[in-house]
Amino acid sequence: MTGGPLWALSAARIKQFLREPGALFWTFGFPLLITVALGIAFRNQGPTKSQIAVLEGPGATTVAATLADDSGIVVTIVDPERAAKRLGAGEVVLIVVPPATPGAPFVYRYDPSRPDALAARRLVDERLQRGAGRRDPLSIRDETVVARGSRYVDWLVPGLLGMQLLNGAMWGAAFNIVNARQRKLLKRLAATPMRRSDYLLSFRVSGLVFVPIQVLVLFAFAHLTFGVTIHGSPVAALALALLGSWSFAGLGLLCASRAQNSETANGLINLITLPMMVLSGVFFSSSRFPAILQPAIRLLPMSAFNEALRHVVNDGASIFSQGFPLAVLVGWALCTSVLAVRIFRWT
Amino acid sequence: MDAAIRIEGLVKRYGDVVAVDGLDLEVARGECFGLLGPNGAGKTTTVEILEGLLAPTGGTVEVLGRRWAREPLELRARIGVALQETKLFDRLTVEETLRLFRTFYAGRAALSVETLLEEMQLGEKRATWVMKLSGGQRQRLAVALGLIGDPEVLFLDEPTTGLDPQSRRALWDTIAALRARGKTVVLTTHYMDEAERLCDRVAIVDHGKRIALGTPAELIDQSGGQHLVELSTDPALPAEAFAGLQGLRAIRVQGDGFVLSIDEPHVALPALIARLGERGVRPTRLVSRTATLDDVFLALTGRTLRED
Ligand SMILES: Nc1ncnc2c1ncn2[C@@H]1O[C@H](COP(=O)(O)OP(=O)(O)OP(=O)(O)O)[C@@H](O)[C@H]1O
Ligand SMILES: [Mg+2]
Repeated sequence: MTGGPLWALSAARIKQFLREPGALFWTFGFPLLITVALGIAFRNQGPTKSQIAVLEGPGATTVAATLADDSGIVVTIVDPERAAKRLGAGEVVLIVVPPATPGAPFVYRYDPSRPDALAARRLVDERLQRGAGRRDPLSIRDETVVARGSRYVDWLVPGLLGMQLLNGAMWGAAFNIVNARQRKLLKRLAATPMRRSDYLLSFRVSGLVFVPIQVLVLFAFAHLTFGVTIHGSPVAALALALLGSWSFAGLGLLCASRAQNSETANGLINLITLPMMVLSGVFFSSSRFPAILQPAIRLLPMSAFNEALRHVVNDGASIFSQGFPLAVLVGWALCTSVLAVRIFRWT
Repeated sequence: MDAAIRIEGLVKRYGDVVAVDGLDLEVARGECFGLLGPNGAGKTTTVEILEGLLAPTGGTVEVLGRRWAREPLELRARIGVALQETKLFDRLTVEETLRLFRTFYAGRAALSVETLLEEMQLGEKRATWVMKLSGGQRQRLAVALGLIGDPEVLFLDEPTTGLDPQSRRALWDTIAALRARGKTVVLTTHYMDEAERLCDRVAIVDHGKRIALGTPAELIDQSGGQHLVELSTDPALPAEAFAGLQGLRAIRVQGDGFVLSIDEPHVALPALIARLGERGVRPTRLVSRTATLDDVFLALTGRTLRED
């Protein structure tokens, strides 16, 4: 325990962190809870069945029986009033009205703006035509595959790591520094011959310890619960996590460089994290934003991190193919760190 | 004179507030120097400028013959600091905190953690988290951190505020021992007995200005004598009743009675008793005591130190 000041400060930081149950939970436990909650809510539920109503009347039972043969269809016979209500409420996607007199047309009643209604129409029509004796000239065999890393939870987990690292840099490091300034601890440290850079660097050193643990815990958990797999190199994923945490730490340091009290820090941190949580594709893809915004969104550090990590984790891409996001991350890390150290206030 | 500290025309303004208003001071090496003054007098501001933590608005400051702007690193290694209110790392233990700070003074003859734990009577609390210390224990830890680099100049801002009498005495012994080893100590305090006991010289500041400077004895003497008698009588007497009393130097009202400054108690006291007898009044309170810096402050400003 007799290293230099940098080592002593880093060890002190790690000790304090481990002695704070709240911080431990928010850093390690919380992302796991989100993984479980969203992983379950947005799980793939297999092929969905089409809810079809057949209107009461002559021939209704025959039609219903024909349709019920298809495993993709759930069919009920209802009176006209109830059928209309159900269609309006979206409980059924399509109503079949069998002809009152033989030879008159079948009526399919549906809302074409609902994508599942069109699929249901095709399915119902095929069933009824075949039931009436239509034969298909081509023979067909279906082969189904599930693309790797294509489920929502596979896509979600890398984004959650980004969120976790950003939160660590902000609420862990930045908030801590402002708190120390408010309590005059920074002033006390500034009165010693401690190298000031050592204090700031100690946050990075402790990050070198925590980030790998965060990566390991999150991905191990996601693997055990949802079978999420890192398709690319785990080392590349770890390297990305460290680079990401470095550029988030720079942002954190910038927030912390001047704020005199925790209220100001709180506001600044929310100002920076909330837009990135929305824009940078943590919970939903940022491709939903207009094309004109895309170049700006891609320049955000969180977007760059999520983009690169998803390519490595979900698509098995090499880290070296991620030149643009890597450059964005390094750029943010350098600019924010340099600026923050320049304007940092000790008292 | 080889000055440890030299302050010339020091001014510190916060917007409209003038915290320090043209202060001149010189502290010799090996001296224990006290800054006295009521709340808001500018003591902490002055000390923090000396510690290199605040930039002055005007004037010059030299510590150990050096300027903060030029040689901050060297100066920080050679001074020790206990701020008026120090919050440390909540979840580090006393011992861990001391060991951490000790690494900052590597290469200097830093004091050992064991010595400091013993000196500041923190041995029992070595494994306690800082957040779980009492106010006085925290204060002792703050002083221990000031001592850890074995500094040439030690700044203590109200070091004994909040300490119990025993810890206060122990800290006084520590400071006296430092002085005996030739260290310079600058301390601020509201306690007059502390300044009288520890300080070679004191400066009394008020509204950022120096209003008196000297040894405690000199200041007491200047303000009207060593010996004081506090007197209340039944029925009450007017001040004129004491006119011409042998050895009386001054008289002032205090509460429902008077404080009399006298020259020679063995002469003045019998004369005073005789005067009361002539007037046929009974003393309800009659206390003879030596003057303190409180009396000095009162004489200088018309206020007592603790009120304001
Ligand atoms: N950061 C600041 N901003 C504005 N005014 C300040 C600041 N710090 C101190 N002051 C003002 O400067 C004056 C001197 O304050 P200082 O802390 O030096 O007094 P002090 O003599 O140490 O008092 P105390 O005995 O209460 O510790 C006070 O009027 C105070 O309100
Ligand atoms: Mg003060």
